[in-house]
Amino acid sequence: MNSSATFRIWRGDAQAGEFRDYQAEISEGMVVLDAVHQIQARQANDLAVRWNCKAGKCGSCSAEINGYPRLMCMTRLNDLPLDRPVMIQPLHTFAVLKDLVTDVSWNFRVKKTVKRFAPRPADAPDGTWRMAQADVERIQEFRKCIECFLCQDVCHVLRNHQLMDQFAGPRNYVYAASLEMHPLDTQNRLADLKDRHGIGYCNITKCCTKVCPEEIHITDNAIIPLKERVVDEHYDPLAMLLGRLFSGSRNKANTRA
Amino acid sequence: MAEYDEHHHDVLVIGAGGAGLRAAAEAAAAGASVGIVCKSLLGKAHTVMAEGGVAAAIGNVDERDNWKVHFADTMRGGAYLNNWRMAELHAKEAPARVKELEGWGAVFDRTPDGRILQRNFGGHRYPRLAHVGDRTGLEMIRTLQDRVIYDRVDVFMEFTILELVRDGDRVIGAFGYDREKGGFHLFQGKALVLATGGIGRAYKVTSNSWEYTGDGIALAYRAGGELRDMECVQFHPTGMVWPPSVAGILVTEAVRGEGGVLRNKLGRRFLFDDIPPLYRDQTADNEEEGWRYTQGDKNARRPPELLTRDHVARCIVREVREGRGSPHGGVYLDIAWIKERIPNAEEHIKRKLPSMYHQFKKLADLDITKEPMEVGPTTHYLNGGIKVDGDSQMTTAPGLFAAGECAGGLHGANRLGGNSLSDLLVFGQRAGRYAAQFAKQNPAGRVDPEQVRQIARRAVAPFERNRAPQEESPYALQRELQETMQELVGIVRTEDEMRGALQKIENLKERAARVEVDGNRMYNPGWHTAIDLGNLLVVAEAVCRSALERKESRGAHFRLDYPDKDERFGKVNMVARAGHAGALEVRMEPIPEMPAELRQIIEEMK
Repeated sequence: MNSSATFRIWRGDAQAGEFRDYQAEISEGMVVLDAVHQIQARQANDLAVRWNCKAGKCGSCSAEINGYPRLMCMTRLNDLPLDRPVMIQPLHTFAVLKDLVTDVSWNFRVKKTVKRFAPRPADAPDGTWRMAQADVERIQEFRKCIECFLCQDVCHVLRNHQLMDQFAGPRNYVYAASLEMHPLDTQNRLADLKDRHGIGYCNITKCCTKVCPEEIHITDNAIIPLKERVVDEHYDPLAMLLGRLFSGSRNKANTRA
Repeated sequence: MAEYDEHHHDVLVIGAGGAGLRAAAEAAAAGASVGIVCKSLLGKAHTVMAEGGVAAAIGNVDERDNWKVHFADTMRGGAYLNNWRMAELHAKEAPARVKELEGWGAVFDRTPDGRILQRNFGGHRYPRLAHVGDRTGLEMIRTLQDRVIYDRVDVFMEFTILELVRDGDRVIGAFGYDREKGGFHLFQGKALVLATGGIGRAYKVTSNSWEYTGDGIALAYRAGGELRDMECVQFHPTGMVWPPSVAGILVTEAVRGEGGVLRNKLGRRFLFDDIPPLYRDQTADNEEEGWRYTQGDKNARRPPELLTRDHVARCIVREVREGRGSPHGGVYLDIAWIKERIPNAEEHIKRKLPSMYHQFKKLADLDITKEPMEVGPTTHYLNGGIKVDGDSQMTTAPGLFAAGECAGGLHGANRLGGNSLSDLLVFGQRAGRYAAQFAKQNPAGRVDPEQVRQIARRAVAPFERNRAPQEESPYALQRELQETMQELVGIVRTEDEMRGALQKIENLKERAARVEVDGNRMYNPGWHTAIDLGNLLVVAEAVCRSALERKESRGAHFRLDYPDKDERFGKVNMVARAGHAGALEVRMEPIPEMPAELRQIIEEMK
């Protein structure tokens, strides 16, 4: 491995910015975030970057490295070609605040619009529930999400079309799925997913799944089953016909396979 | 310059990890308007790093467990320096706090009959840790976060508090800045809760993130609060040691709970060679029995790998120092060996320890299902902290409450694994409840504008110093402090070395007054580091001076010059506070007499 490498880091704010080159010393096992820290400590004290755990568990240090959305703390330098500059830039989908830091507050605001968890009454007199491991594993996958928003960054509905006001994005579908498929939950979020959260815009290109550092099968396990439920409840021709005949309402339990 | 936005709440919570979120949820439920200030984005706090589980004597896996056993385990683990009232409340209330989370959406791993599963952990007599694989902290912070966002709680993301604001002795608010623009903010609260976590960034090798600069502890100290047991810093025995860039990252104790063993380079399980008398009756004396314990045999005693963290960390240091360590200065932690014992071991490991598998694979090119890990101690947790009332969590400053890691007392001289997640639930809830009550009983205080102007002036000083030849970099000073604490006030301590550390801290304090930062106030990490440095220096000094006074070895505090326990020191806590002249003073405070029924429990469980 080279003893030093060039890092081409985007510097600037909402108004203007440019790429600047920095040299950093390289040692064994280093990740991109180490290089950014070294540059910050020695050459650019005010270089803005978010990070916390440095172990891939908090999802703070999301950036685009050589054009690919990744966590800086989990990107090893020996996996990158160091004979040319390593490009580091902020997430493209969200507005830049400064340098590598973007305004991701939209993600938090939209999350609040997903109806909250509402459990069925407790199963046992001591206020506890019974759930089988096999039944919770499905949502345990979704609950691994570290809210790094790389899936939101890469999704073309947000990245290219900026449909923030109509589309909640993969992260929030994973959140909705973790509640919809929760064995205890009694809420119905399908109408919201269809209308308010725009799940129909997703055309399952699976880019979100590809960039997920937690390897959650976002498209296959969260979005597609939600889409199927939306279709079942809102577009089932037989149900529409019966609904027109009897004008009865279907509850969520009936839509569960 | 002193322009600022104002925010008014009944209860202001500073810190949005588990304790802060639990406090906010409770205060909101009590009808208070709540503000919560987080140094990072919501949900990124250090609680996400907690891996192994949350300790609560629910007794789902072993029905012999109950609050009395948990209480006795906690006191024994803390070498009896604990605030016994907190240890009692914690053991009694943890089961309800954990079960309650399930009603808020948390999904713990299950027993075969569908209840919350519990696992073994160091120092806990029975399998007691409710868990979700090895990402329990993430599950908990997300559960709490996803509750609070729907409540009447204003979340201030990426804000940092510079100083508490006082009206006489009472704390009535906090003054700080937002990272985005660097603008100033005055938060007025009828009651405040500190939940700012620990001090890991005072050390070079740590499992803690950049946020862990002892902010709440320093804020309380400067506002007249007292700090206790600051000498008791927990070094987790198993952090990564290789490659260098990841040194210090945590390797969960759950690896050992699931049957992982520690070996030196000779292949010997060295912990069998040194079992402390206090634990001899509870510890296996052969490998076979230890293995049976990890597999749920109720008649087996626990393997010595599951002794308390202070002890395991010291044994590792000894192995390394005596030349029996691994190539990169650690020892071996082996979970792959269980394939000799159980079928599908590889799958089992990946299912029980998914994030450890992922972490080593990604960061160290190592497959933990096939090879042993190299591990060594890493600065992990502050056992001590702000002194609080055991019931209400109020500090010695009226109107100011503290909960979670920044508060001291529950853990005494050494915390048991899993007791921090239960700590933040039990005492986060209590702090929230009593803060809301205080807010109801007391009107808002009166803010003195001059006090606020002074805080703002001090904060911007690093921008306004003239460029002098003596200019200091905040990053360099922080680094020097970390190296000093690591080398001189680490796992093994002596009088001479700590005197040296104090001198260095004095020198750093002088130089910190000359720190300069580039750029402007907009999202400027250089400026933030300069501000954090002031807090780190306070906590480093408190650790150092308290450690000097405790002339014995107890729990996490080990003195080479006083290697044994001394009963005289077993009866006192070290309490630090700002003296009248502004200097940090440490005094010995007698531990209050324990009620007879608690004493009896400890006797029975011996």
